[in-house]
Amino acid sequence: MIINGVTIDATFAEAFPMKATRVIITAQNAKWALIAAQAMTGFATSVIACGCEAGIERNLSPDETPDGRPGVSVMLFAMGGKGLAKQLETRAGQCVLTSPTSALFAGITSDSKIPLGKNLRYFGDGFQIAKVINGRRYWRIPVMDGEFLTEASTGQVNAIGGGNFLVLAQSQPQALAACEAAIESMQKIPNVIMPFPGGVVRSGSKVGSKYKTLNASTNDAFCPTLKGQTATELSADIESVMEIVIDGLTQEDIAQAMRAGITAVCHLGLAAGINRISAGNYGGKLGPFHFHLQEIMA
Amino acid sequence: MSALTFTLKTRPDQRVDLSPLVCQQLQGKEHPEIAAIELQCGKRKVRVDALFALSGFDTSHIVIKNSVDKLDFIGKELDGGTVTVAGDAGAYLALGMKSGAVTVSGNAGLYAGCELKKGYLEISGNAGDFLGGALPGNKMGMKGGLILVKGHAGERVGDHLRRGVILIEGNAGDYCGSRMIAGTIAVMGQTGRFLGYAMRRGTLLLWQEPQLSATFNDCGSHTLAFLPMLFNSFKALDSRFADSASAFNRVRRYAGDMAELGQGEVLVKCTAF
Repeated sequence: MIINGVTIDATFAEAFPMKATRVIITAQNAKWALIAAQAMTGFATSVIACGCEAGIERNLSPDETPDGRPGVSVMLFAMGGKGLAKQLETRAGQCVLTSPTSALFAGITSDSKIPLGKNLRYFGDGFQIAKVINGRRYWRIPVMDGEFLTEASTGQVNAIGGGNFLVLAQSQPQALAACEAAIESMQKIPNVIMPFPGGVVRSGSKVGSKYKTLNASTNDAFCPTLKGQTATELSADIESVMEIVIDGLTQEDIAQAMRAGITAVCHLGLAAGINRISAGNYGGKLGPFHFHLQEIMA
Repeated sequence: MSALTFTLKTRPDQRVDLSPLVCQQLQGKEHPEIAAIELQCGKRKVRVDALFALSGFDTSHIVIKNSVDKLDFIGKELDGGTVTVAGDAGAYLALGMKSGAVTVSGNAGLYAGCELKKGYLEISGNAGDFLGGALPGNKMGMKGGLILVKGHAGERVGDHLRRGVILIEGNAGDYCGSRMIAGTIAVMGQTGRFLGYAMRRGTLLLWQEPQLSATFNDCGSHTLAFLPMLFNSFKALDSRFADSASAFNRVRRYAGDMAELGQGEVLVKCTAF
């Protein structure tokens, strides 16, 4: 398949089941809501070493938030429910509770709940106050700037992590420009996050390593400087490869985001130095969710 | 299907216990069966049809017409469905209600909404003492749900209140919020003496400046984020509480009762910013 001169490889992205949640952070203004959200989603690019993958889903206008203030929707993904709960609590406590004027609310409903402010309330040292409003429990925790308002729990749902595609370009600036265009389009899709810095990862990994202590290492088949040293996947004219990783609530959400991203890249086309779109997989043996690029773009 | 309606024929001389006439107990029963139910009236038992004329069949919606303040225990432990009272209600209205809704077009007597667990109670007139309180000797009053009083309320509103919301558009008597454990009481009108007496936790939300005991300490004026959300939750009510002009988020906060646990609060609408 070729779109605007860009070859779409006959391959697929392999993704895994994860647990996910969504929270809504609000603040006095959009600036401070974003600061809290950025802090909360910092160091959350990959479950390999971060404990969870997290990202900003989108900005919320005051009429979309529970307390009528500007807000940000944040999603967190982890390999299991316990890990997700731990990461959420730690990040909420260290990054949102501490952020001036912030408030924190559940962003997703589910029968399966994980604590949000349920345990953070103990920071109030006995001065915390519970309020049940419309059947939902909130905690008012006294803090130095006033009160930190947080919902007691949020929902936890089954989700998918590791949807991806690779952008193979003739130069590094061209690869980055294409990825930036892709991310801009993908950010409009609900229920997904692209957890890496700016949504783009330049160090895609393969499973395993020659070093026994490492369980992941550089994806040498896609490293342009190793074209003559390894079983490369790259043709002579490709000088830079970047990857976009997508976590989403459902297969359809991820497929939609991949379609939006690849379409944006292909819109730039071969004329902008983009040769191919490929995807990362493990031969289909590890992840139950397969996103076939050509099917998505059909 | 029209609501199952009990129309009071004459005002009874003695108080009548109406607790058997709740939706879940009448479900599946026909008129003859319902008419034969015996109600405690003073020291005697009287058949339903001796006091009421019956009409309608929908047991999930009960209407009591011509109701007077002698009819006690209306909607007692109601577990789903609605009870509409046209007129006044006696004591123990919606006592221990588990879910559903009870509305009264007139006044209600003592202990209305007492130990209510869940559901909605609306009193268009005035309510007597111990609204949403605990029965004598019991340690927990209302444990959930919402009570709306459009008129005034008597003394000891929310005595031992554990959870839930009591809204009073008019005035509240002495000892409002006494011995509160938690929950919220909002009063648009005046409050009496000994407000929040021995309250442990919970919120008393006031529109008018109260007479506070010396055991309540001033914590200053604050803009509280939970208040707009609380007022939003009243939007669906047919009440002045639903009016956005009644809402505010800036309050003077008083903590107390310091003679008790002292984790309760009285929030008074700030008139000056």
